[in-house]
Amino acid sequence: MTALEPSTTPGSSAPGGLVKSVVELDRVVIRLAGDSGDGMQLTGNRFTSETASFGNDLSTLPNFPAEIRAPTGTLPGVSSFQLHFADHDIMTPGDAPDVLVAMNPAALKANLADLPGGGLVIVDSDEFTPRNLAKVGYATNPLEDGSLEAWQVVSVGLTSMTLEALKDSGLGKKEAERSKNMFTLGLLSWMYHRPTEGTVRFLERQFRRKPEIAAANIAAFRAGYNYGDTTEAFAVSYEVKPAPMAPGRYRNISGNQALALGLVAAGQRSGLPVFLGAYPITPASDILHELSRHKAFGVRTFQAEDEIAGIGAALGASFGGALGVTTTSGPGVSLKSEALGLAVMTELPLVVVDVQRGGPSTGLPTKTEQSDLLQAMFGRNGEAPLPVIAPRSPGDCFDAALEAARIALKYRTPVMLLSDGYLANGAEPWPVPVADELPDLHVEFATEPNGAAADGTPEFLPYLRDPETLARPWAVPGTSGMQHRIGGLEKADKSGNISYDPANHDLMTRLRQAKVDGIAADIPATDVDDPTGSARVAVIGWGSTYGPIGAACRQIRNSGREVAQIHLRHVNPMPADLGEVLGRYDRVVCPEMNMGQLALLLRAKYLVDVQSHTQVRGLPFRAAELAAVVQDVIDSVDPTTQTPTATTPNSGGTQ
Amino acid sequence: MTTTPHAHDLGMPGTPIDARIQQAIADSVDSQGEKQTALKAKDMKTDQEVRWCPGCGDYVILNAVQSFLPSLGIAREDMVIVSGIGCSSRFPYYMNTYGMHSIHGRAPAIATGLAASRPDLSVWVVTGDGDALSIGGNHLIHALRRNVNMTILLFNNRIYGLTKGQYSPTSEVGKVTKSTPMGSLDHPFNPVSLAIGADATFVGRAMDSDRKGLTEVLRQAAEHQGTALVEIYQNCNIFNDGAFDLLKDPATGTQWTIPLVHGEPLVFGPDGASCVVRGDFGGLRIAETNQVDASEIVVHDATREDPSYAFALSRLSSQDLRYTPMGVFRSVRKPAYDRMMLDQLEEARTQGAGDLDALLAGNDTWTVSA
Ligand code: SF4
Repeated sequence: MTALEPSTTPGSSAPGGLVKSVVELDRVVIRLAGDSGDGMQLTGNRFTSETASFGNDLSTLPNFPAEIRAPTGTLPGVSSFQLHFADHDIMTPGDAPDVLVAMNPAALKANLADLPGGGLVIVDSDEFTPRNLAKVGYATNPLEDGSLEAWQVVSVGLTSMTLEALKDSGLGKKEAERSKNMFTLGLLSWMYHRPTEGTVRFLERQFRRKPEIAAANIAAFRAGYNYGDTTEAFAVSYEVKPAPMAPGRYRNISGNQALALGLVAAGQRSGLPVFLGAYPITPASDILHELSRHKAFGVRTFQAEDEIAGIGAALGASFGGALGVTTTSGPGVSLKSEALGLAVMTELPLVVVDVQRGGPSTGLPTKTEQSDLLQAMFGRNGEAPLPVIAPRSPGDCFDAALEAARIALKYRTPVMLLSDGYLANGAEPWPVPVADELPDLHVEFATEPNGAAADGTPEFLPYLRDPETLARPWAVPGTSGMQHRIGGLEKADKSGNISYDPANHDLMTRLRQAKVDGIAADIPATDVDDPTGSARVAVIGWGSTYGPIGAACRQIRNSGREVAQIHLRHVNPMPADLGEVLGRYDRVVCPEMNMGQLALLLRAKYLVDVQSHTQVRGLPFRAAELAAVVQDVIDSVDPTTQTPTATTPNSGGTQ
Repeated sequence: MTTTPHAHDLGMPGTPIDARIQQAIADSVDSQGEKQTALKAKDMKTDQEVRWCPGCGDYVILNAVQSFLPSLGIAREDMVIVSGIGCSSRFPYYMNTYGMHSIHGRAPAIATGLAASRPDLSVWVVTGDGDALSIGGNHLIHALRRNVNMTILLFNNRIYGLTKGQYSPTSEVGKVTKSTPMGSLDHPFNPVSLAIGADATFVGRAMDSDRKGLTEVLRQAAEHQGTALVEIYQNCNIFNDGAFDLLKDPATGTQWTIPLVHGEPLVFGPDGASCVVRGDFGGLRIAETNQVDASEIVVHDATREDPSYAFALSRLSSQDLRYTPMGVFRSVRKPAYDRMMLDQLEEARTQGAGDLDALLAGNDTWTVSA
């Protein structure tokens, strides 16, 4: 199932004298697929939690349709969840599954092509009825017609066994059937030696108001586990040892969750109340949901009438001294553009979260893409620069949110935080930070006049800048003697009064730009991973491509070649040394889930002949494909390196 | 009607606010002395040159507001005026309070965020018919239904002034303007009807030139808890001069204006010749006072919970302004959004203030030992 030769050991002896063997693996990619109504996301999340608490490194890729319930049993209704877990550090949810669990014919049909030959397929045979087969255009039953010969197929009556297990539960057939996902989870938990207590606790908590449903789900879960333990259908179970991780306390976290917690933490570390103005939109809504649960931290959440009101209210709250935040996805950013311009002009702190999805227009609401970069950079009228920050992994969404808030508060500017659908819904183990060790985001409000009128009386100049940061003072309503008016019309330097003076507009335009550009001095140097320091080709990326690019680089290095990985967290301004860093390499490759937006910026800014590699399939890059692209570039630079110069044992852990 | 203002109704210091902001306020008082609440109209003025066209109705409204606000006993620094885009939206620059001249139509949304996060402030929105009813229509109705504590002054001049004279959403049908040389086709909004339809808790109407009437409506609006909408008929002497002359002209004004006084019978016109009585289907109609029994005359009640009556009142007037009620149509008590939001925060804190370490750890952690 992996690059490693499995070592088989005789294993537990199940009741009835059945001898089962245990195969040790270094990593597994498993994909659970079913109908939208089958609870595959929940099952996947639970399996992930079990895996996380077992101590494997992991990475997940949920993939679901935009429709809440497409017609049952049809191809558009298929929802899937892919989990990659390993006994070593991994960076992606895996290029292709080793195991596919298909809850119905549609799930099989939609996913089989991704499963390499020899892979394991577990299907719910009860669902392979003539009617269901016909719905997805199977003329004959693939379980019987030999078309699945290339794979190992285990056909199990998941539904009927669930019903059998729950026959005394008092639940009706329809309701009992719903627990088949927990039966499946139980079976998988047995197959992969996952700890089960967490799931039992979870079910008790989740259904605490419906104890009979909790009991049924737990019963189905246990039945699935016991079935695995006793049946002859599964003679082998698999063990993936915990991954060595830095000591500390961990939890499993998704990108949206981490981002929301980062915003709560930003409020706590700045001492400012967080105000979220948001309108529901996929895939960002979970941030609104999460933040609305944290009122005890003084977090105010406002579900606005539209995207514009969401950002407007957040900006109004910022004027009042809050950390204003608005969360959305690409189409929402389009609507917020005008208010973003106002935030640039009024120079108030504001965090704008764009959880990018496939575009343009409504596009692919539930699929990932990185195509809002240029919108974030330039999608406003006039010269309206603002900082852009992108997290690189689900857990990194936490730090990126803190960093966005830090810059917004310190420089009094809207900051665009570019997450994406893959980070938002994907999950990974996350070392739990200690609150007191998080960055201090404290900023001062202005409470005293900073200037004097012609007659000498003290007055407040709202656009008199801090000479170092070029930030303007933040005086909040309620502070005496500091009354001032701001707005979207051009401001006179220092006084902030309306000014149509040509020289002043030129000055203010340059000041706003200089303020954002100056942040480059306040961010870390370029993040370069070039282990030998002698690579001639660099791969540069931003945002969620970090994982696949990193995995591709590992594969290349494992084959004995050299490559550098450059990752940008601060996309605007870019690190001060980036131009110099890029200049060190003969070739720079830039893979993006768009049509080459970062490449365009790099070419424009640094006059570097960046080679853009793009893909917009709504899914993350596959590491192996990226590795092949980069290898071609390495070969083109120096054909002599085509022969590996060093051999590193291939650990298989290259993703 | 009489109302007793409560501290938080006016948006007054004393309402719990976040510690950092409280500290900034305390620091400013330390450096500049106590908050001044004994103010005069001149204290409300700024050094900015007022740039409306000479003779514009906005001037009289500005004067009335500058004279009226000190009577609230609120310090200037505790007042914020937020506006959108249009002639009237220049208003904040001329008021020595905090202010934001924002973007077209969005003032109610921006003010909502401010008022919801700062219940201690007295928040005002200044907007116009184009700003509030066209581009910002959505924000207006949602602000009204939400009942955030703020007062919206809608200057209705029935024209687009700043863009030089196109018809507006309150222009009468057939209005000939630069963009409608053969007359406008769309039916106008009646802002009062729209606000009542959106379940606004306070709706009033006043005339720019009627200092006394305007001040009275403003006073009641300021005392109201929740969102108050005041439509102010404002003359644009450049692009729509005389739009309200029918009501302003002493000869016709009394005939066509229905003054609304809470608790008083709706009798109007020269010598009280006309009155308002109940009509068909729950509506109201105009009658001649000497033709009906005194008991049939409607006694104005702005506090009716059911908006149907206030709505019926608003429908008495026609596009050409005959039978225009002026005063407070509706003033009902409902909890303000910002207050309820604060209550939820306080309720959440009763189970303990947030513990960030506990939040970050969540429910399921595991430990990797060295
Ligand atoms: S255009 Fe009309 S509304 Fe605007 S300032 Fe001039 S008179 Fe007043």
